[in-house]
Amino acid sequence: MTNRIALRNLLHDRIRLAVTLTGVVFAVVLIAVQGGLFVGFTTATSCVIDNTAADVWVASRGVRNFDVTHPLRERKYHQVLSVPGVARAEKFIVQFANWKKPSGGMESVEVVGFDLQSGLGKPWAMAQGSIEALAVRDTVIIDELYLQKLGITAIGQSAEISERRARVVGLTRGIRSFTTSPYVFTSFQNALNFTHLKPDQLTYVLILAEPGVDPKKLRAAIAAQVSDVDVFTREEFAQKTQWYWMFTTGAGMALVIAAGLGLVVGGVVVAQTLYATTMDHLPEFGTLRAMGAKNGYLYRIIMAQAVAAAVVGYVPGIALSHLLVHLAEAGGASILLTWKMSVGLFFLTVVMCVAAAFVSINRVTRIDPAMVFKGA
Amino acid sequence: MADMTSPAPAASAQNGHPLVSVRGLTKEFRTGHVTVPALCGVDLDVRAGEVALFMGPSGSGKTTLLSILGCILSPTSGSLRIKGREAAGLPEKELAVLRLAHFGFIFQNYNLFRTLTAAENIQVALDLKGIRGQEAQDRVTAALEAVGLADKARMRPEDLSGGQKQRVAIARALAGEPEIILADEPTAALDSENGRLVIGLLRQLALERGRGVVIVTHDPRILEFADRTVSIEDGRITQGGVPA
Repeated sequence: MTNRIALRNLLHDRIRLAVTLTGVVFAVVLIAVQGGLFVGFTTATSCVIDNTAADVWVASRGVRNFDVTHPLRERKYHQVLSVPGVARAEKFIVQFANWKKPSGGMESVEVVGFDLQSGLGKPWAMAQGSIEALAVRDTVIIDELYLQKLGITAIGQSAEISERRARVVGLTRGIRSFTTSPYVFTSFQNALNFTHLKPDQLTYVLILAEPGVDPKKLRAAIAAQVSDVDVFTREEFAQKTQWYWMFTTGAGMALVIAAGLGLVVGGVVVAQTLYATTMDHLPEFGTLRAMGAKNGYLYRIIMAQAVAAAVVGYVPGIALSHLLVHLAEAGGASILLTWKMSVGLFFLTVVMCVAAAFVSINRVTRIDPAMVFKGA
Repeated sequence: MADMTSPAPAASAQNGHPLVSVRGLTKEFRTGHVTVPALCGVDLDVRAGEVALFMGPSGSGKTTLLSILGCILSPTSGSLRIKGREAAGLPEKELAVLRLAHFGFIFQNYNLFRTLTAAENIQVALDLKGIRGQEAQDRVTAALEAVGLADKARMRPEDLSGGQKQRVAIARALAGEPEIILADEPTAALDSENGRLVIGLLRQLALERGRGVVIVTHDPRILEFADRTVSIEDGRITQGGVPA
């Protein structure tokens, strides 16, 4: 019966219901999109690390993130190789460079140079072409998302990186860069040429541990034996990079605050409209109190209203969010809205509406049942 | 529907046992630093099977007394016994239990749920008592038949006349089979014919089902239906309280 009263109360004033649902939809969309951006950006910041099979990463001392670091000397690579427990070590380059489009105009790109033989650090989502084609001098692989940005319409076309010809021999799908500079994958040797690093320089040493060797122990062993380097397990380096971009730069906090604002504004709208509905039906709640209803009976009505508003508002809200994410993806934005996030957002929406209902619950708790004899 | 519009036989329920009994009852309201006495030393019994009218000028304390009898208000001092159990001083939680167990209420403005049908309004009263399913359906049907509104079960209050709304309210009050019905100005918003119908129903409840019915009213048309008239002035019962 409480559910029926709740639904009838909600449906009684259609305009107020529309305002309530608008509040819920607004909150769901804002939280989903901002949260999706946050997760999408966070994932993008460390996507190369996450998709590289290396167990341990060695970088120059003081590295703060994946994208910006000082070069290492090649002797560090050899020192790392000599550490017990290292099954394989490969040189790896990550450097910003200038891309000159075929039709003119410049863009900044992030050159990623990996060892072709081992494949450590190779692109992981090939759509066209092949990684083996990078064996040819001055060849690169870019992502489909950035074709227009880089002035390329098909593989086989050439641009210039640091005034050196770069021919596109492959396309990846969905490898986004968190920075505004798209990743350009190439062989380690090509990367040396594109970035003007000296022949004995590199930016990372990627390490595969011997079978049975704990990456954390290997990381500690390398740190103890090789001076002036920072050593991380894959997970540690990914987290460090994510933390740097999302929180040190403030980019992540802006998204978290926007998502939080969605929660607050949505909650306030729902609280206000639920309260208005409660006030509208206050004489009826008073009548229930006079008839001997326990507080729990009244709470169940209000809670049912809140949960119904949450469920009915969530469905169009999440549908709209997925549509927006789909459109944003087509436009190159990095928004990640997984089904787990969608389920989590459902519970968050219910919690938001239930929390908003406490304003109304507080009001009905204070109803004087004697109001029924005052012509209220 | 049986004929319920005939006046009551004189003193039809003099021999019933007290359902509600108050002794030395006082009630004071505080407004800022001012204390206003609303009831002063009231003694009263309400017996099964009787219709008692509370009459008196506005502000005399009729509704306050009705609220205390129904455990909606707590007295400032004195004794309030519901079927022999002392209720004065009980916390609101326990008063609510007493209200649910023993009382049915009828209000001047009907106080029906606007969004529920006539049948659902009655169902709420049963739901509060934990009566659900087929038993609830049967009781709703019986209550609506008793007030002559079986054909209005699916109608909402806005589609009913004032008299019909008050009859739904009576059906709601009697569906839970309470021993005591408390009615606050039940005919105030009704025309003469509907007023007689409603009071006739309440009198029938008292006579046939042995309920105690207390009605607060200004309406002299219903005097003839009462077994007893309790006159209240300035918070005191001047006539018809506890029989000597």
